[in-house]
Amino acid sequence: MSAQNDTPETSGETVKLLIDGVEIPAREGQTILEAAADAGIYVPRLCYREGLPPGGHCRICTVKVNGRPTSACTFPASEGLVLENNTDELNTMRRQVVEMLFVEGNHVCPSCEASGDCELQALGYRLGMIAPQYPYQNTTRELDASHPDVMLDRNRCVLCGRCARASRELDGKSVFGFEGRGIGKRIAVNASHGLAGTDIDAADEAVAACPTGCLLVKRQANLIPVGKRTYDKTPIGTDVEA
Amino acid sequence: MVETDVVNRIVQQFGGDRTRLLDMARAVHAELGHISEETVAALAKALDVPRVEVRDMVSFYAFFFREPHGTNVIYLCHAVVERMQGADDIARALEEATGTTFGASDPDADITLRYTSCIGLSDQAPSALVNGVPVTNLTVDDVPELVAALRGGRDITRLRQAQVGNDVRTAGQVIFAPTERGAAVRKAVTMTPDAIIEELNVARLRGRGGAGFPTAMKWKFCRQAKEDVHYVVCNADEGEPGTFKDRAILALQPNLVFGGMTVAARALGARKGILYLRAEYEYLLRDLESELDKRRHLGLLGDNICGCEGFDFDIRIQLGAGAYICGEESALIESLEGKRGAPRARPPFPVEHGYLGKPTSVNNVETLCCAARILVEGGAWFADIGTKDSTGTKLLSVSGDCTKPGVYELEYGLTVLQLLERVGAENAQAVQMGGPSGQCLARKDFARSISFEDLPTGGSVIIFGPERDLLEAMRQFTAFFAEESCGWCAPCRVGTTLLEKCLQKILDGKGTFSDLEALETLGETVKTMSRCGLGQTAANPILTTLRNFPILYADRVRSDDGVMAFDLERAKEECCSVAGRAPATGEETP
Amino acid sequence: MAKPRLATGHFTGCFGCHMSFLDIDERILELVELVDFDKSPINDKKRFDQPVDIGIVEGGVSNDENAEILRDFRKNCKILIAMGSCAITGGVPALRNTMPLKECLEEAFLNGPTIGEGDGLIPNDPDLPVLLDKVYPCQEFVKIDYILPGCPPSADTLWAALTALLSGEEPSLPYELVKYD
Repeated sequence: MSAQNDTPETSGETVKLLIDGVEIPAREGQTILEAAADAGIYVPRLCYREGLPPGGHCRICTVKVNGRPTSACTFPASEGLVLENNTDELNTMRRQVVEMLFVEGNHVCPSCEASGDCELQALGYRLGMIAPQYPYQNTTRELDASHPDVMLDRNRCVLCGRCARASRELDGKSVFGFEGRGIGKRIAVNASHGLAGTDIDAADEAVAACPTGCLLVKRQANLIPVGKRTYDKTPIGTDVEA
Repeated sequence: MVETDVVNRIVQQFGGDRTRLLDMARAVHAELGHISEETVAALAKALDVPRVEVRDMVSFYAFFFREPHGTNVIYLCHAVVERMQGADDIARALEEATGTTFGASDPDADITLRYTSCIGLSDQAPSALVNGVPVTNLTVDDVPELVAALRGGRDITRLRQAQVGNDVRTAGQVIFAPTERGAAVRKAVTMTPDAIIEELNVARLRGRGGAGFPTAMKWKFCRQAKEDVHYVVCNADEGEPGTFKDRAILALQPNLVFGGMTVAARALGARKGILYLRAEYEYLLRDLESELDKRRHLGLLGDNICGCEGFDFDIRIQLGAGAYICGEESALIESLEGKRGAPRARPPFPVEHGYLGKPTSVNNVETLCCAARILVEGGAWFADIGTKDSTGTKLLSVSGDCTKPGVYELEYGLTVLQLLERVGAENAQAVQMGGPSGQCLARKDFARSISFEDLPTGGSVIIFGPERDLLEAMRQFTAFFAEESCGWCAPCRVGTTLLEKCLQKILDGKGTFSDLEALETLGETVKTMSRCGLGQTAANPILTTLRNFPILYADRVRSDDGVMAFDLERAKEECCSVAGRAPATGEETP
Repeated sequence: MAKPRLATGHFTGCFGCHMSFLDIDERILELVELVDFDKSPINDKKRFDQPVDIGIVEGGVSNDENAEILRDFRKNCKILIAMGSCAITGGVPALRNTMPLKECLEEAFLNGPTIGEGDGLIPNDPDLPVLLDKVYPCQEFVKIDYILPGCPPSADTLWAALTALLSGEEPSLPYELVKYD
């Protein structure tokens, strides 16, 4: 396992942070993102998932720590940190990163089974994206329907790595990884020819961990009517702020 | 199966150590010519790791072929300086002589042509690596002979162009002054680790890679980290386009480099050192290994160095496999551990949690040389050179439009104009200081001084003459970052590509003033949101020219009348050709 | 005082956005009090009589005729609104963007399961619009002033945006009314 996936050590001592002018307590070494969440403050995030080591891939949780931008999901809390989170500047840049992810992949919300429950889409709503301002890249990405129960559609992948971490950490398997680099980077599976060659199971945490419609359990689509889906009426992050 | 036998033998050579996967992959690649999916599976099986992990690593590095290719491989350097000096003409000549195109192999699978980014020979451009052998100062007329030599199976190292010039234009007092082998180490064994660190502190030595972190502080943090094992790593992965000063150091002053590493080992209490050598410099490996052997023979490496009881230290050389990002210290460490070169989240910093999780000091080649010299000449002597905040000398790799390209060792504090006069480039339009990740300077900046306090630089100085299309060069720099982005984080992975396309649109005459605003906003977002130095500096070519050369941009955009410049004819071409219709009139072809 | 003039247009899409527009139901009576319709499929008027205040377009740009009409809309509309996923992103028709047009045409007209051996012909009548290599969003051709996402945008979304603009306000839509699907 890579060192960058280690969860920072927590000493357990209570420290104080200042986030957008509000003082909050935190356990020393706990990540800023989690400390904020414990205090009912939502830091927008995509590649973070509770129960998994942080990835630092999406950068949507970028906050300013004593003026320097860094990812809240990886940065450990310590006494007296001054943080900016809910600012126009950061939210605009977060929205732009969401827009980048939309044009990088081939995300067709109207025909996607995950629409309404998709975290990428929900972040777009929350951060005020009406439509991506960048040109669509229309890249060719492989669809893998080889497995009887699980579909992998790379067109909808945001390279958050949640499936890879969940498979390794929670399922005790290594079904997913990355290959390539830069804009050519893709999610890869632990077999020579597709998902069918792996030991994935539809009930795996890896499948549940996907924030978009990239990993889907077959024959389970569109069971919930429009209007009742996760983010139809409630913005993402509301649960944290509750 | 052949692959399995080769893989098993090589894995055994490295004791089945997963962290040496990069070496194993290199060895397998050298023997089999490429790393197929079967080879990946065999490596995974032999190491008992998931194959997806092996594929992750081998798919990352530019110099690993995943498919069979020609017997000979020509990597033509296609970076900005090389293209200024005619690399495109060489490319055409190579395609003509071989009968193939870049990215492909000729029909007999004799020769494969590939482009590569800077190979550290910008002072001798155009240049190429041919089966790993550097060929320099290429002209179109050299190409047929080169191709004939390859086809005839002749020894290309005997070709006239197969040589690297390492003439140092200006030798200074620190790096290129005469050196006595072992002087620094002999001094180090008489000093306590704290005294060594204090000497660097007196010298006010700062890291030469560009960021300028105080070396004494780095070593102190690393020494203080409570662990049984510490590592010294020399970063010889200079990949910044236009940089080649480490090449000159490694060729001319290797003893100073290894001396500096040994001094560091003494200061940190390290027993192992690694020099990470970029794959493009593989041709330097033999001489470096022979220098290491000499040092072992002289007791400058090994157990009880210089008779100092318990001072045991040795150095191995790790070759890379083609990835600019591995110059970033935490990515370099990942690569050393046999993984893809993706930077790590920080904190924790490598001085606490580095190679194999142990405290590691990663230092630039030049920094280590400075450290070795400081031990011999004293910190106060060093601090007297240069300016108050930038002590010592700096090596500059000067290339582009000047009469005297090459390596210069100069005192900090020199102005850009003084440098331009020295290198024969008084009429420069612009100077790219610190390479693409640095800044593009206009004439108004030429009175500024090269120093940490004003113009910090890792050493790359690229000069653009008055006739150059500066913005096209910036586009190529941006494309370079897009190519070298590791892909870990979204803003860099996607943003660099979007930046390049947006600038291309403007250069094509299709941009408007609102595209210029969009370009700047995008650049600032990539800079702020990216995870590591690559993404944080990838927009610099664009952002610094938007600031310093606004008129160049204004001249390239059209007024905004609500209708975008869209190439409708080009978009119609495919349909017209498939359906057999004439594109211009929409009428049927007879 | 003359009423503001409204035009609507349709490119590559399913007409669902226009259907959704009609879902404003009885509010359409209010609308005809508020505006005069110019070119629109709703009144089957094919050409602009004069420039209009507000134009609303549906669908992406997949052929040269779409491009031409869209540019005509830009020329004739003070405010131009892109309505629905197809206009904004290319939408479902843009699913073809990840494969070559040649493959799409051959599959549809030469190799499809309903085409007999040798019966196929890729249409080449000069009266047919020429397809573009990809399906493009409207904003790649002209400047778009407002975007109304949705597949389709709901009648409430369209109504809220339109009435705001007609009363000279910036449309500001509540969370429930901004959806990409």
